[in-house]
Amino acid sequence: MTDSEAFRAEARAWVRENAPKSLWRTSGSGPFEGYWGGSKCEETDPDVLRWRDLGVEKGWTAPAWPREYGGGGLNCEQEQIIHAEMKAIGVPRPVAGQGLAMFGPVLLEHGNDAQRAQHLPGIARGEVRWCQGYSEPNAGSDLANLQLKAERDGDEFVLNGQKIWTSHADLSDWIYCLARTDPNAPKKQMGISVILVDLNTPGITIRRIDLISGYSPFCETFFDDVRVPVGNLVGIENEGWTIAKAILGHERSSIGRSIARQPGSAQREIVSRARKHLAVPEGAIPDPLLRDELASLGMREEAFHLTLARIQQSAESGTPGPEGSITKIVGTELKQKRFELGMQVAGIQGLGWEGPGFEEDDLQYTRDWLRSRASTIEGGSSEIQKNIVSKLVLGLPEGKK
Amino acid sequence: MTEDRAPSLLLNDEQKMLSKTAYELIRERAPAARIRTFRDSKDEVGFSRDLWSDMAELGWLGLQIPEEYDGLGLGFFDLAVVLEQSGRELMPEPFVSTLLLGTQALLLGGSDAQKRALLPGVAAGETVLALGYEEAGSRGDATNVATLAKKTAEGFELSGEKLQVLDGHLADRIIVSAATSQEGLTLFLVDPAQSGIAITRQTRIDGLNAAIVRLDAISVTNEAVVGEIDAGGALLQSILDRASVGLAAQMLGASEQAFADTIEYIKEREQFGVPIGSFQALQHRAVSVYTEITLTRSVVLAAARAIDEAPNEIPRLAALAKSIASETFMLAAKEAIQMHGGIGVTDDHDVGFYMKRAQATYMTFGKPSQHRQRWAELHGY
Repeated sequence: MTDSEAFRAEARAWVRENAPKSLWRTSGSGPFEGYWGGSKCEETDPDVLRWRDLGVEKGWTAPAWPREYGGGGLNCEQEQIIHAEMKAIGVPRPVAGQGLAMFGPVLLEHGNDAQRAQHLPGIARGEVRWCQGYSEPNAGSDLANLQLKAERDGDEFVLNGQKIWTSHADLSDWIYCLARTDPNAPKKQMGISVILVDLNTPGITIRRIDLISGYSPFCETFFDDVRVPVGNLVGIENEGWTIAKAILGHERSSIGRSIARQPGSAQREIVSRARKHLAVPEGAIPDPLLRDELASLGMREEAFHLTLARIQQSAESGTPGPEGSITKIVGTELKQKRFELGMQVAGIQGLGWEGPGFEEDDLQYTRDWLRSRASTIEGGSSEIQKNIVSKLVLGLPEGKK
Repeated sequence: MTEDRAPSLLLNDEQKMLSKTAYELIRERAPAARIRTFRDSKDEVGFSRDLWSDMAELGWLGLQIPEEYDGLGLGFFDLAVVLEQSGRELMPEPFVSTLLLGTQALLLGGSDAQKRALLPGVAAGETVLALGYEEAGSRGDATNVATLAKKTAEGFELSGEKLQVLDGHLADRIIVSAATSQEGLTLFLVDPAQSGIAITRQTRIDGLNAAIVRLDAISVTNEAVVGEIDAGGALLQSILDRASVGLAAQMLGASEQAFADTIEYIKEREQFGVPIGSFQALQHRAVSVYTEITLTRSVVLAAARAIDEAPNEIPRLAALAKSIASETFMLAAKEAIQMHGGIGVTDDHDVGFYMKRAQATYMTFGKPSQHRQRWAELHGY
């Protein structure tokens, strides 16, 4: 038995012995599914809290972080094994969310010892929840155009401006922001810094944003003379864009994978909706055009999953190919197509917003369909992804945008 | 299949080497421009017998053929590696007729005597096989067969006409489908030199060689039957499934080459004082083609792997691979012509051959909508 096989056996045994049975088969075990914690968390399910505590005690909420920061001191392969073992039985990670998946790794790489010691243990224990302050009203696809001002005043930065799409800002304790520290830099990518802000600081206003689908975790976060210590600067002042790009790259690759559900599940979902709404309990669906569209969706779903598997296999063999750059485009378009077909088979029963005459799962499906329109925009729009593939994979010359 | 339990979709070191060697040899000795040369010279063979022999020397023609029949005894996956590269330059050599249709028919249904008589010659590059299954009334369904096989004292008497039999113009043996009963089809191995068989060469758009094979009351013995009497329908479907996967591998290679040539062209071609590849209108469409090719590679490799390792998955994955590869090749060819602009529609440029082959492969072994129909049936809707 190799070391990694032995570790897999150990991880499997621990996960299966400790994960509460009520949580089995409830989750895709992705980095953003499950208990997000933080001081505003109102979770009361004792199994969720026990699973959190067991994970914290074992250091397996952040398996690859150093032990001194509340991690497990393991390597990345071992961390992947642990997460795969959780996924195998469908339990969520003991703690999930931005802090573990996105911000922690940034701090490990770019932060100083004091910052790591201050922030990482709280994240690993699920006590402190983080959100991301990137986009602004005038800095979406053109993120480098961001204008949140951070002016130096003695030992403090004074922040003025606005962030948007700050998911769960209303439930978070801290935000990591991209701010403009040098408005006179020769290029807009220069003069940007990463600054950490306690959301309890005076001068911060958070407003929730409803989407076309209704409630959403998105917020707008306003900064009005918000004073933060200069020690909250991560990395080198005015060189934050490099860090930002690294985080965005990570986000892109994780979105494609995170929306991948079980292979074949989209096809099964639409077939079962078609059977219900068209009253065809079994056998061939009589509408040949619908059947053809469904088969197209099913085939594309299979091709997408095979491609994810192929990317994973080639990454494991040590030679990751350029294929990963397209998974966000394909995955999000597949998701939209799935909801479009699911809405089509529902006919007018898919037109309900709330109230009588509509079934609960149809109402939810309609909200999910509306929400899916955002998937090709958030995390870098499909058009931005295509620009990236065009330049970095195909090597086409940059032109006017 | 789930992501964690997916079959291996990677080439091993030997297969990577095979792919590289095939790529280099084919790019050097078999450029797509040969299609024009064979066409314009009205070449009687229509492909290079020397090149075919050389590929036999390298072991490529016997990759999948068992060692007892003088092959290398590897898998279909290995064959697919070579097929992909052969597709890059639209090679007119008899890959489809001999290695896919003929050899798969013998491997799946052939008697030991039939295999012993023919497979060593295939591996040596000396024997060309063909399969006649398309007829005027097939209309895309290989089980619509008007050719009749009448039982006689010595065996059978076959009459009928097969169309567009690939490499039928010079095949050493031709396998034909014929109705042996009300519902039952049977496959027969016939020698085209036999009296009563008339071969008429056909000219297609895509540079592959084909012929009309007319059978006029020819007599064959029971030893000519491939597989079981009346069970030829299922056998034919299994042959076409495997051939579809092999053809999909060729389509993958053709799509990759058409795309690579196009990317190279738009990086160099200047209009308005800049390379046209700097225009976002072209860049985004190029990324779409790249995306489809990436997906196609995954389904082709998965289907090829299933032929070696997961026979139950073959019908589903063959439908998937053939359908997706057909659509991708068609897209890649159309975009290749459009991005090449005027030069792309001239006969002087090779890109048009990709368009013609894309249409031919799209319609061969069932068009995508037929495979989607089959996929739906296999998934119970």
